[in-house]
Amino acid sequence: MSATTAKTRPPIYGLMAEFHDSEELIAAAWRVREAGYTRIDAYTPYPIEEVAEATGHHHSKLPLIVLIGGIIGALAGYGLQYWVSVIEYPLNIGGRPLHSWPAFIIPTFEMTILFAALSAVFGMFFLNGLPQPYHPVFNVPRFALASRDRYFLLIDARDPQFDREGTRRFLADLSPTEVNEVEH
Amino acid sequence: MATIDDGMREGVAAPLPKPYKPPVVAPGHTPGTVTDKISSVVLRRTPKWWYVGFGLSFMLLMLFLFSVTYLFAKGVGIWGINQPVGWGFDIINFVWWIGIGHAGTLISAILLLLRQEWRTSINRFAEAMTLFAVACAGMYPVLHLGRPWLAYWLFPYPNTMGMWPQFRSPLIWDVFAVSTYATVSALFWYVGLIPDLATLRDRARNRVMKVVYGFGAMGWRGSAAHWHNYETAYLLLAGLATPLVISVHTVVSFDFAVGQVPGWHATIFPPYFVAGAIYAGFAMVLTLAIPLRAAFNLEDFITTRHLQNMAKVMLATGLIVVYGYMAEIFFGWYSGNLYERFMLMNRATGPYQWHWFALLLCNAVVPQLLWFRRFRTSPFWLFLISMVVSVGMWLERFIIIVTSLHRDFLPSSWGLYKGTFWDWSTFIGTMGLFLSLIFLFIRFLPMISIFEMRTIVPAAGNTSEGSEYTTAPEQEPGIPTNPPTNPGAVP
Repeated sequence: MSATTAKTRPPIYGLMAEFHDSEELIAAAWRVREAGYTRIDAYTPYPIEEVAEATGHHHSKLPLIVLIGGIIGALAGYGLQYWVSVIEYPLNIGGRPLHSWPAFIIPTFEMTILFAALSAVFGMFFLNGLPQPYHPVFNVPRFALASRDRYFLLIDARDPQFDREGTRRFLADLSPTEVNEVEH
Repeated sequence: MATIDDGMREGVAAPLPKPYKPPVVAPGHTPGTVTDKISSVVLRRTPKWWYVGFGLSFMLLMLFLFSVTYLFAKGVGIWGINQPVGWGFDIINFVWWIGIGHAGTLISAILLLLRQEWRTSINRFAEAMTLFAVACAGMYPVLHLGRPWLAYWLFPYPNTMGMWPQFRSPLIWDVFAVSTYATVSALFWYVGLIPDLATLRDRARNRVMKVVYGFGAMGWRGSAAHWHNYETAYLLLAGLATPLVISVHTVVSFDFAVGQVPGWHATIFPPYFVAGAIYAGFAMVLTLAIPLRAAFNLEDFITTRHLQNMAKVMLATGLIVVYGYMAEIFFGWYSGNLYERFMLMNRATGPYQWHWFALLLCNAVVPQLLWFRRFRTSPFWLFLISMVVSVGMWLERFIIIVTSLHRDFLPSSWGLYKGTFWDWSTFIGTMGLFLSLIFLFIRFLPMISIFEMRTIVPAAGNTSEGSEYTTAPEQEPGIPTNPPTNPGAVP
C-alpha cells in the first residue's frame, strides 16, 4: 500500500477516469504511461488494439499455450491409435498392416484441433483470471456503461507512483468526463 | 452517402475514392445505438408471435420424443430400412443436418480470417444454427445403432470386454470428426457470447436475469489485457475451426467414398460434399435470416448487402455442386465399369428417376436465378430459392444413399426403399428440435454479436476502414442515454 494523505479514509482499489471517445482514452493512456505509472488498465466496450498497446497489455502467452496443446493432442491421438491397433488389440483384417498410419492421420488431426481449441479457450480463461465473481471496478456505478459506449482508464492504488490526491489531479487534467475512486 | 472518409479524423489521409458499396450497417448508428437495439430484442417483453412460433416448434419436438420412444420400444424395424438399403433416412438426415451446420462455421471462422466484415451481423445466429444443426445430426447415427444406449461403445475407453474401436474405419473417423466439431463449435459460440453476456448483465432490469447473464459472463469487464487475450483466442479458434470444418464433411464423405458401392466410390466426394454443405448451410442461414430481420426490424444490420453476398456464396457453391454431378457422370462413363454405368442409367431411368430430376431442378436449375440482381436483392425470392435448395440438398443425399444401395452388384438382391411414417415423424421431429432451440436462442441471447457490431460502426473510430461505412453524425455527447441507475432502459 502506498502512503496516502494524512486523512484516515479507507484505502481504495484505484482511480478511474471516464472518457467519451476511444481516441481520448488512447491519448490519456499514453500520457499516464509517460508519467511513469505502470499498473494501469483500460476498459472498453470492444477490443481496440491501440488501447492494449498504450496500456502495455499487448503480449499474450496464448499462442504458445495453444501450440503446446495442439502438439499434445496430436501425440495423444496418434499414440492412442498406435497402442490400440498394434499392441493392445491387434486386428488382422485382410492382411493389412497393423500400423496403418494413413488411416490414423484423420483421428490424429481431429485430436490436434480438439486439444488446441480447448487450450485456446481455457488458456484465455486462465490468463484473464476468469471466472471472477467479484471485482472492485464494478463498485463504480457508471462502470455499467463500459459494456455499452464509454471508455475507462484505471490507475491501480498499488502503483508505486500512486498518490490519492496527486493522481486524482493528474487524471482530471486529461479532460475526462469524470474521475471516480474505486472502492474495494 | 459518403463513400470516402472525409478526413475528419486527424492524421488520416483521405483514401482514394472506392466504387460504391452498400454499407454493412445502416447510417446513423453508434456503439450506443447498436447496443440498445440488439439488447432490446432480448430484454424487452416477449412478443406474442414468439409464443406461437415456439409452441408450434415444441409440438414438433414432442413428435420427435414420441417417435424416439416408439423406436426404443420396437427397434429400427419401424423404419423403412432393410436389405439391401440399410442406410435410409437416418443417414440422409445426418448428412443433411451436419451439412447445414457448415455455413455457420464458414461465416464465423473463414470469413473472419478473410476480413469480410459483413459477416459480423450474421455470424452469431449462424453459429447457433451450426450448433443446433449438429445436435440434430448427432441424433441420427445414435438412433440408427439399434441399441442406442450403448452409443458410448463408439469411444475408445478401457472396458471390461477388453475391446477397442477399429481406427481404420471411416465410421470411427466420423465419431472423432463430429464430436470435435460439436465441441469446437460450442466453444467458439460461447467465447463469442461472453462480452455480450456482460452487456446484458449490465443492462438487465430483472435481478434473476442479471444473475444468470452474470454467471455466463464470468465477470467479464472489458479490460484491455482481457481483450488482448480474448482477441488472440478468438483468432486462433477461427484458424483452428477453418481446417476442422473442411475435414468434417470430408470425413462424412469418406463414409461413402471408402466403400466400394457404385455411386459412392468416387474421389470427387470430399470437395463435392464440402461445397454441398456450404451451399445447404447458406440456404438455411437465408431461410432463418429473412424472417428474423423482418420480425425484429433488424434491416439496419442485416442489410440487402448481406442477403446479396449470401446469395452469391450460394450461387458459387451451387455451381461447384453441379460440377460434382457432372464429374460423377463422367467418372461413371469413363470408368468403363459395367456397374458404374448401370448406376448412372438407373438414376436417370430407374424407379427413383423423378427424385433425380427433382434434385437437378432444385440444385442446378432454380439457383441460376441468383445470377440476376433482382432475385438476389428480393428477400421474398431469396427465401423461396433457399427453401428449394434445402429440399434439393436433401434429395441429393437421398439419391446418393438410396439409388446406390438399392441396386448394386447382384440383381438377385435388388430391392426398393421407402420411408415409413416413423422415418418422416423422426425427421420432422428433429426440425422441431432445431426450431425450438432457435426460438429459445433468439429470445434469451443476442442474435447479433453486439461487441463486434460496435467495432464496425463509424463512431468507433474505425478510421482505416472508414471508406466502407457511411459517416454518422456524433450523438449528443452530454446525454447519458443509459444512466446506470436504470441500466435496462430500452429506447
